[in-house]
Amino acid sequence: MKILMRGNEAMAEAAIRAGCRCYFCYPITPQGELVEYMARHLPRHGGVFLQAESEVAAINMVYGAAAAGVRTMTSSSSPGISLKMEGISYLAGARLPAVIVNVMRAGPGLGNIAPAQGDYFQATKGGGHGDYRLIVLAPSTAQEAAELVMLAFDLSDRYRVPAMVLADGMLGQMMEPVELPEPIPPEKIPEKPWALTGAKGRSPNVVSSFDLDPYRFREVLRALWQTYREIERNEVRWEEYQVEDAELLLVAYGTMGRICRTVVRKARKEGLRVGLFRPITLWPFPYEPLRKLAEKIPVLLTVELSAGQMWEDVRLAVEGRAKTPFYGELGGVVPTPDEILSEVKKHVRD
Amino acid sequence: METGVIFAGFGGQGILLAGKILARAAMEKGFEVTWLPSYGPEMRGGTANCTVVIADEPVGSPIVDSPYVLVAMNGPSFARFLPRVARGGTVIANSSLISERKERPDVRVVWAPMNEIAQELGEPRCANMVGLGAAVKALGILPLEAVISAMEEELGARGREKLVEVNRQALLRGYALA
Repeated sequence: MKILMRGNEAMAEAAIRAGCRCYFCYPITPQGELVEYMARHLPRHGGVFLQAESEVAAINMVYGAAAAGVRTMTSSSSPGISLKMEGISYLAGARLPAVIVNVMRAGPGLGNIAPAQGDYFQATKGGGHGDYRLIVLAPSTAQEAAELVMLAFDLSDRYRVPAMVLADGMLGQMMEPVELPEPIPPEKIPEKPWALTGAKGRSPNVVSSFDLDPYRFREVLRALWQTYREIERNEVRWEEYQVEDAELLLVAYGTMGRICRTVVRKARKEGLRVGLFRPITLWPFPYEPLRKLAEKIPVLLTVELSAGQMWEDVRLAVEGRAKTPFYGELGGVVPTPDEILSEVKKHVRD
Repeated sequence: METGVIFAGFGGQGILLAGKILARAAMEKGFEVTWLPSYGPEMRGGTANCTVVIADEPVGSPIVDSPYVLVAMNGPSFARFLPRVARGGTVIANSSLISERKERPDVRVVWAPMNEIAQELGEPRCANMVGLGAAVKALGILPLEAVISAMEEELGARGREKLVEVNRQALLRGYALA
């Protein structure tokens, strides 16, 4: 049965269905409905909803719950995610699974509450300190947002790497029909023998991102980076739309990805052979599939709600095989399909 | 088929609810839909609008360049959105509150005294349903019954069953206007 839901609500319900039983937050627009939904529903499932005194407190509560082996999540929007970055680095260093939802708004600074994609660098290239990665998933519909939240819990547990779902204000606020995924039964959630569950009858577990001995710490990080290489091999996800005969390929993710779908349809109606490549995992980024397309398509136009952040990964993938122009909007301005189409016309067959 | 409807007016006029009822009715008739609200530090008396896209394939952009139907419940939103309406489209304009009656030769404007009709029905808050009823007629892709039952479900979910009958009357009155 399909239910009309906001993206924020779909992500909250999906987290509960994925077995999330500890959710910590500090409110911020435009992800408020996610907080409200969790406050209303999570306690009914025997979970803990806690509005912390700050974002820093919330992410460290996530650390605690994750160390105890519970499926746990926090959510926020851009400035709030900045505050959580220290804690996210600690989660990565301690190999703790957790899910972080960022419903992006326009920055830098306090910016405003309109949709934007300016946190791509922060999500995919660090943000917190040190040598780490996050699994970063970028939904473009409420349905996909629900599915990717569930996937984020699974991948995070499987690899013991924190996962971020990178949405934006438009996706969070809009409503769409959602067919909710089936709840995961508790016995299907993987065991966590490393978790801090009380050491009675076994040797104590240690969860920490701290090691004063550089050689020992190097081994910890080498193992971590082996895991990252494994994720790069196994977990790259993307969507292609009308690419077969394309003369120009739009590259866009999240909300911009779906808007570009409409641009492809409009362009095709006018006889322009335009296709769309939509990365679903921003890390690991789909370099290889994009490179293959760049072998045969002469122009790859990246479109983002930013000054050009994913654009850098597109150019790394293409490595000069095709032209790589960019079109972006700043400050929370969302271009309409016609505005993007006129940008397409500047580059197609030029 | 993909068509966009914009509802616009003052905060407190039930703009977002009218759009949501339309989206829900379309979903229950098997269409793909999106409902996108303006959001921000909104308050009663400020401006509000929402965009509903109804399609028979998954909706790409939830924002539309040219809506096929515009429901303008006050003067500022009429002035703002009239230039964007698609050629051959329809504007349902609230003549109770719009003093400057501009027209466009390539667009049909239906002047609907939404507030007066709501007043006659004894429930000033149902002016939005007059606008929605007219929009459903102008769209021509959904039976009014589907919208009435979506309205019943929405009001039921809010514990406002008592208001169903008067809102049904308002939808019928609006539908007859367009």
